Amino acid sequence: MAKYTYSYYPGCSSQKGASSSNLMKSVQTMCEELDVELNEIPDWNCCSASIGYASGSELPRLTLSARNIALSEEHNKEQEIVATCAACWLATREAAERLKEDESLFAEANQALAEAGLKLNNTTPIKHMAEVLVEDVGFDEIQAGVKKPLEGIKIAGYVGCQTNRPFGIHGESFENPVYLDKMIEAVGAESIPDYEKKVQCCGGALAFSEPDKSQEMIKGIIEAAYDNGADMIATPCPLCQANVEIYQDQINEKYNTKFNIPVVYYSQLISVAYGRSASDAALDGQLIPAKQLEEIAKK
Amino acid sequence: MSDLNKRMIEEYRNDFLKEVEANVEEGEWVKMCMQCGVCSGSCPLGKHWAHPPQEIFMMIRAGKRDEVLTSDSMWMCTSCYNCIVRCPRQLPITHIMHGLATYSKKLGLVPKGQPTATFAEIFWNNMMKKGRVNELKLGLALYFKDGFGPGIKEALRNKDLGTKMMKAKRMSPAEFFGGHGIKDVSGLQKMIKKAQELEEARMKKFD
Repeated sequence: MAKYTYSYYPGCSSQKGASSSNLMKSVQTMCEELDVELNEIPDWNCCSASIGYASGSELPRLTLSARNIALSEEHNKEQEIVATCAACWLATREAAERLKEDESLFAEANQALAEAGLKLNNTTPIKHMAEVLVEDVGFDEIQAGVKKPLEGIKIAGYVGCQTNRPFGIHGESFENPVYLDKMIEAVGAESIPDYEKKVQCCGGALAFSEPDKSQEMIKGIIEAAYDNGADMIATPCPLCQANVEIYQDQINEKYNTKFNIPVVYYSQLISVAYGRSASDAALDGQLIPAKQLEEIAKK
Repeated sequence: MSDLNKRMIEEYRNDFLKEVEANVEEGEWVKMCMQCGVCSGSCPLGKHWAHPPQEIFMMIRAGKRDEVLTSDSMWMCTSCYNCIVRCPRQLPITHIMHGLATYSKKLGLVPKGQPTATFAEIFWNNMMKKGRVNELKLGLALYFKDGFGPGIKEALRNKDLGTKMMKAKRMSPAEFFGGHGIKDVSGLQKMIKKAQELEEARMKKFD
C-alpha cells in the first residue's frame, strides 16, 4: 500500500493532448517518487472553471462539482479529493462549502443529482496537490529524497491567484505566500522570496476574451522575474503556466520585448530533482525549453 | 425587452437593492458594503471597469438598475479573488460580480458583443456537450465568434502558437473528431436541466 492515498480529480486540461498534459505527466512522476497513490474519480466532469458562471448560474454550477464529489464518495470511499488544477480545486471546494452552509441548496443539488442516479453526502475534504505536499508530505520529506539538487538555477515562484485565494494554504499569507519558495529551496534551487508578482493575476480565462488587457499583466509578471535575475518561473497553476508561457511571442511583438523565459510546474522541478528523465518530467511539453532542467535530467 | 426583465421591473418597482438581494447570487451581502474602496483598488483590471465594485454597490443602493445591469463592468472580473480576501467586511465580492453578470444575462441586458460574456457562453455550451471541455473546439469557436472572415484572420494570427502547442502534445487535432468526454453524458444533461428548473422555480416564488 502506498504511503498516501487520495481520490484524484485531474480536470479537463490535464488530459492526454490537452493544454496541461505536461502537468498531469509530471504529477504522476512526482507521486510515484513520493509514494502517493492517486485514484482517478470515475467519469468525473468539468467543474465549469471560473468562466462557466455566466451561463451556468449558481445551482447548475454547484451541481457540476457536486456530481464529482458524489462519484468520489461512491467509488473512492474515505479518500480525500485532490485536485491539481487551481480552478478545479476552487470550484469543488467552493461547491462543498456553499452546499454545507445552505441546506436548501444542498437539498436541491441532491434533487438534481438524483436524475443521474447519484447522492451527495458532502463529507469529503477537498485538497489541492500543493496542500498534500506542504501539509501531508512536508518539506523535510521532499528534501530528503532529492538525488540531483537543482543547483545554480534561480527560480521565481509564481503562485498566481486561485491556488492562493480565497482559500490558499493554511497559515500562509494571501499577499506573500512562501510555500512555493520553500519547495524551490527544498529541491536545491534558489528562490526569490521577494518576487513582486508572485500573486499577480495573469488574466485567467480573460486571456482568451480580453487578450490585450491580460497580456499587459503577463508582461509585468515576466518583467519582474527578469528584474530579479530569475532563470525560470515555476507555478502550481495550469492556466498561469499556459498564459505566462505561450503568449511571450505575442507580447514581444506588441511591446518590443525579448522575453524567452521557461515557465515550469513545481512537479517538474521535483521530478527532475528526484533523478527522473526529461520525458518523465514532461520537459518535452514546454514551448520554451527549460534547458537547465534538461541538462540536470541528462546527467 | 425580455419578459423576465419586464416581470422584475414590475415586481420590484423602485427597490433595486431588494431585487438584487432576492435574485443575485450572494446579493444579500450588498448592503454590508461600507464604501472603503479596497476592492476597487485591489482589482487587477480595475482601470478597465467603468464602475468598479465599490461604485456598483453604491449604485445598487441608489436604485441605478439600468446603469448597473447594462454595464460592461462586472464582465471585467478575472476571478482572482483579491477583493474577497481584502474586504474588511468579508463580502464575497467576486461571487456578487459573477452573480450580477449572470443576472444581467438572464434578463437579456448584456452589452452586445461583450467578449467575456460571449466566451462564457461558448465555454458552457462546449462543456455541456460531452461533460468535459474540448479545448480545440473552444479555441476555434472563439476565433470564429465574429464570423468566418475575422475567424480565419484570427486563426492565422495564432497559427504559430497552435503549431507549437501540437508539437508539445498540448493540443490534439483528434479533439476535432470527438475527443474527451464522460460516459454518462445523458445523466449529466438531465441533472443540469433539473438544476436549471429548480433555480427558475425559485425565481418565480417572488411573484
